[in-house]
Amino acid sequence: MAMFEKLQERLESTFKKLKGYGKLSETNIKDSLREVRIALLEADVNYKVAKDFLEKVKEKVLGEDVLSSITPGQQFIKIVYNELCELLGKVNKPLDVAGSPPVPVLLLGLQGSGKTTTAGKLALLLRKKGRKPLLVATDVYRPAAIDQLIKLGAQLNVAVFSLKDSKDPLAICREAKAYAMKNGFDTMIVDTAGRLHIDDGMVEEVANQKKFLNPRETLLIIDAMTGQDAVTIATAFNEKVGIDGIILTKLDGDTRGGAAISIRAVTGKPIKFIGVGEKLDALEPFHPERMASRILGMGDVVSLVERAQEVFDEKQALDLEKKIRKDEFTLEDFKDQIKQMRKLGSMESIISMFPGFNKFKGTIDFSAAEKDIKKTEAIISSMTRREQVYPHIIDGNRRVRIAKGSGTKVQDVNELMKKFMETKKMMKKLTKGGLKGLQKQLLSK
Amino acid sequence: MSLFDKIKNGLARTRDQLRTRIEWVVKGKPIDEDAFEGIEEALILADAGFETTEILVASLKEKWKRGQIKTTEDIQTSMIEEVEKLLLPIERHIPTDSKKPFVILTIGVNGVGKTTTIAKLANIYRTSKKKVLLGACDTFRAAAVEQLEVWAKRLDMDVIKHTEGSDPAAVAYDATKAAKARGIDVLILDTAGRLHTKVNLMEEMKKIKRVITKEVEGAPHEILLIIDATNGQNTISQVKTFHEALNITGIVVTKLDGTAKGGFILPIAHLLKIPIRYIGVGEKMDDLIPFSARDFSRALFGDKPET
Repeated sequence: MAMFEKLQERLESTFKKLKGYGKLSETNIKDSLREVRIALLEADVNYKVAKDFLEKVKEKVLGEDVLSSITPGQQFIKIVYNELCELLGKVNKPLDVAGSPPVPVLLLGLQGSGKTTTAGKLALLLRKKGRKPLLVATDVYRPAAIDQLIKLGAQLNVAVFSLKDSKDPLAICREAKAYAMKNGFDTMIVDTAGRLHIDDGMVEEVANQKKFLNPRETLLIIDAMTGQDAVTIATAFNEKVGIDGIILTKLDGDTRGGAAISIRAVTGKPIKFIGVGEKLDALEPFHPERMASRILGMGDVVSLVERAQEVFDEKQALDLEKKIRKDEFTLEDFKDQIKQMRKLGSMESIISMFPGFNKFKGTIDFSAAEKDIKKTEAIISSMTRREQVYPHIIDGNRRVRIAKGSGTKVQDVNELMKKFMETKKMMKKLTKGGLKGLQKQLLSK
Repeated sequence: MSLFDKIKNGLARTRDQLRTRIEWVVKGKPIDEDAFEGIEEALILADAGFETTEILVASLKEKWKRGQIKTTEDIQTSMIEEVEKLLLPIERHIPTDSKKPFVILTIGVNGVGKTTTIAKLANIYRTSKKKVLLGACDTFRAAAVEQLEVWAKRLDMDVIKHTEGSDPAAVAYDATKAAKARGIDVLILDTAGRLHTKVNLMEEMKKIKRVITKEVEGAPHEILLIIDATNGQNTISQVKTFHEALNITGIVVTKLDGTAKGGFILPIAHLLKIPIRYIGVGEKMDDLIPFSARDFSRALFGDKPET
């Protein structure tokens, strides 16, 4: 954590020493390269991949006039960042489901990498695009794996093909294909059992499934938290079965996801999607430049803005604006606002998307701030609807009741009321005088 | 197959890689600075993490400078020694005999193998003639309850469950109550996989914990974090965050067989010092074995278990 700042700081100081040399050489940038190497290794980038990568960076750095820059450290990082983007594949490659229906898409990977959930997410994505997907359950090993897919299908309103008593994945594929053709499905998403890449028997089984299906896309599902072994896993599956692309799962955690670089580097196959949550719509197209920022620990403002756009409802925002203008902003609206904010994620996760997160880390007690918000929510929730809309009726007696109901103290309720009134006043000023009014007010203080 | 052989087989890949690298670096040449860089590389490739690797390599170097290391074998012996020393404090077993019912609450991120591990654990206790009850607190993931039920049926034990989507704390409450009423020895609660960064899911976990404590004083007696050996440096973040929120008392490492890099146990021992209870070295029922510092360090770097 706070990696990027640490890296930047260390780089600046190693370069400061170099200023006197006038020219960069192999020997005097050794320390800087080492700093980047640590950063990459701590992000789980494969050792060998990191080594090759740094060779390339070295060439670039030596060829450019880094030292004459005022901030050579930053200049250096920029080169690293650009090279990372290059390595990660520059642009996003979408899912390819062209061809005569039913187009098969085969998912494979280790146990617990998230195949079944991803199958559901892909089905939803395709359905939203107007396609008619069929989920095919071929994990005959893990207890209740087929039930899991059937339940997901029911949630998504997507058909699932399974053979309850069959223990033969190939036979299931065969019948699923016939079923899909007969019933007009245009895409088949085939979920498979989790398997180790070194389990030859199991790998052969999925290779046979692939041979029979001749899928348009064979996708390797891999956990973004995977360590050094990501390289071996991806290479093995690519050599023994053959893959067309990769889906990286569980990126909603705090992993820096260095595995992405490793896999991409050794297979040369594009990363198509990333899984960013447990909800079934939490599958996003992969963006190399964002991943590069993440691996270096640089924060991700673009994703934050996108997430905000998704969460905030435009119509609601317009309604709110009207309300503020007419001075009808109530405690109920206040609560809605808090709720929307919360949908963005925890405060810490929001803040951590900003570059320079480091400075906040440790100085802000996120759990306390988080508690404060919860308290506010609890207090407002303990009010009657009438009290929320007409806050001026909240007298002493009501305040005592509200405090009791929300498990807080009367002082807390008082403070909230005060804050709310102030906010309201501020809003009124804002809308009346526009920005100028606000400026005037600020200047007069 | 002895326990040691099992660990050895499970860690075969990690060990082979480590040894070939170290030998490749050192063989036939006098040991020099470059050799240590090779050892560092080997350790990092085994997921031992940067910080811990630096410390291990530094102590090896120290011995080399003092003339205590001269050959490849010396390096191997020293490595085993250093690692065993590092791991010994975290070799502590779950004291299931201390309480009745002994309540084990399992947690972990998604897909680490919680449910499978619970089945294996339950099997261990059943074999030692304990009465075991399972609680299906993963009410979130589709068919998670069914998965646990399949196992319970195979192991011939009961599961306390509610419907999918219900409150996991309520299941925990019922399960704890049932464990008391039925004279159960060990109650194991399965929970939904959750990424350690999700505040609300961590709160849910705390609630489950509170409910259990209310019902049985001092319970849950074991808060067991399950981690996937395939995960890299993020495991450290997982252990730290779960520990801060819930005070975990033990760790089970799964999927150490074949694919994994056992090295990441080192930073856990070095930085976090939480006991490793069991390690999973295969898919079979009896492939969950008690963690032993001695066996693990020898399986990682050497050949024979010392007797």
